Amino acid sequence: MKMNFRLKLGIFILAFFTLGSLILPLFNDVDPSQQGTYFKNLPISGDHLLGTNTQGQDIFWYLVYSVRNSLILGVGVSIFTTLISAVLGLSAGYIGGWYDRIIMILTDSVIAIPSFPILIVLGTLVRGNTNFFILGLILVIFGWAWGARTVRSMALSIREHEFINTSRFSGSNTVEIIFQEIFPYVFAYMVVGFINSILFVINTEAALAVIGLSKVEIPTLGSIIFWALNYNAMFIGQYMWIVAPVVATVVLFLGLFLTSTGYNQMFATRRGHA
Amino acid sequence: MGLIQYIVSRVGAYLIVLFVGVTITFFLPRLMPSDPIEGYIAQMQNQAGQSMNPETIEELRTSMRKLYGLEGSIVDQYVDYIKRVFISFDFGPSLASYPKPVSEFIFTALPWTLGLLGTALVVSWLIGNIIGLVAGFYHNSRWATLLEIFGVILYPIPYYILALVLILLFAYIWPIFPLSTTILPGPITWEKINSIIYNSFLPALTLVLAGFGWNILGMKALSFANKEEGYVTFARLKGTPSRTIMFSYVFRNSILPQITALALSIGGVFNGALLTEILFSYPGLGLLMRTAIGSGDFNLLYGTIIMSIVSVATAALIIDLVYPLLDPRIRFR
Repeated sequence: MKMNFRLKLGIFILAFFTLGSLILPLFNDVDPSQQGTYFKNLPISGDHLLGTNTQGQDIFWYLVYSVRNSLILGVGVSIFTTLISAVLGLSAGYIGGWYDRIIMILTDSVIAIPSFPILIVLGTLVRGNTNFFILGLILVIFGWAWGARTVRSMALSIREHEFINTSRFSGSNTVEIIFQEIFPYVFAYMVVGFINSILFVINTEAALAVIGLSKVEIPTLGSIIFWALNYNAMFIGQYMWIVAPVVATVVLFLGLFLTSTGYNQMFATRRGHA
Repeated sequence: MGLIQYIVSRVGAYLIVLFVGVTITFFLPRLMPSDPIEGYIAQMQNQAGQSMNPETIEELRTSMRKLYGLEGSIVDQYVDYIKRVFISFDFGPSLASYPKPVSEFIFTALPWTLGLLGTALVVSWLIGNIIGLVAGFYHNSRWATLLEIFGVILYPIPYYILALVLILLFAYIWPIFPLSTTILPGPITWEKINSIIYNSFLPALTLVLAGFGWNILGMKALSFANKEEGYVTFARLKGTPSRTIMFSYVFRNSILPQITALALSIGGVFNGALLTEILFSYPGLGLLMRTAIGSGDFNLLYGTIIMSIVSVATAALIIDLVYPLLDPRIRFR
């Protein structure tokens, strides 16, 4: 299997962010969200790679913890959304009939309903009392539908293959067929779905945090921007406070996107159709 | 008969989406561990220095439960809620500016959201698809590669980042556009229309750019696949000019999945529009939600959310109903 350029670049970016945000905090014993740790508004220097902000926080270290927390939330939630979409999509596609219809109505509704307004209500209700666990749970509720839809359409076409009949006549039951015969085909897609889901989760949490409806006390890629906007970073010329998370978000998202499309391309070529 | 069946199934799906959406909006907040009324009472007690007596608190609790529609069993509440939303379209009075009805606020804000979103969606869909078509059709040229890179970079950037970058570039560093929206009051004049365009430019640009990546990449893949089809080879051998092949053969066939995808993506685009409105203080539904959150006005918040679900579902339904006009296979099935 030959990796294409997209996948290589994507994995490089992801490795950079993941390793950087997991390893660097081991060499730091200052809580980055603690205010007044350093002098305010220090310029970029060897001690403060991105300077400090008006709250006396080191922007570089705040950013490192933000990337770490966002990635943890993204990966954690995506494990569940991917599992749910695999189970629902595979079973709906293989079993068909009424079961399929009900699952699909639910899936299409969750896709068609604008999730953000509902997240805003939930964010407003739990504001202050929320924790990352509840936030993750809410994101799972809205995150599984796209994946389930795709997995289901794949299962639907695989069901028609001859080897499924062979397996059934050899005495396999539904669960065995779904996991032993159909699942291996869908697995490559699930990796893609998993990465896309990480993108969705980080993006949604950040969007909520930017308007102050997530747990903004925990550094994430959204809450860093929330505080920068809250203290008028642009107005007072503290550009680094807002430019640094913007650049980090764009590069991280590009890495996720390149990995998912690159991986998809590689498997499409291996299956024999580009 | 195919067409009628198609329309009936679409309208059916529309009603189901509305129903599921309204139901989720009803139940999810009630499953949350926090009770807004208890929170509010606790806050009032703190402000009053714990001096309120229990009878007053109980009275307050009852009257607030009535105001929020929280009386009776959960089934009663649900039936009452569905009745109010679907039959009388009544979301109750605004709690922050009592007794002005919520629907009045919503109908002032709705045209702004629809205007901004509609314009941006059409512009980004048309231009994005044409760019994608050219990139897919001439996929060997250097321009096509550049256009695709542009699409790949633009696609994963979230709305709030695009909005912030545009604000940073065109309202701070090179201040040619306003920071937040201020629109002249009064009747429609040329001056007012100018101010609307001037103030809407950056929010609209955000939505257009955000839609670009997806349109370019989707259309590029489709036109690339379609140009290898037999009927295209036949047209080429027949001597059809390459521009005609591109627009009448490849584009005509590639556009159909893009329309279906547009209907499915409207929910996501709408989410982005709400966020963009909040960041630009644009007077649409998004800002109204923001105001409602700030003032703890739950009736207004619920009204805007139901309205969002209704507008998104309706927009998707309209696209679905326009679809048979473009796809003869459904009309003559």
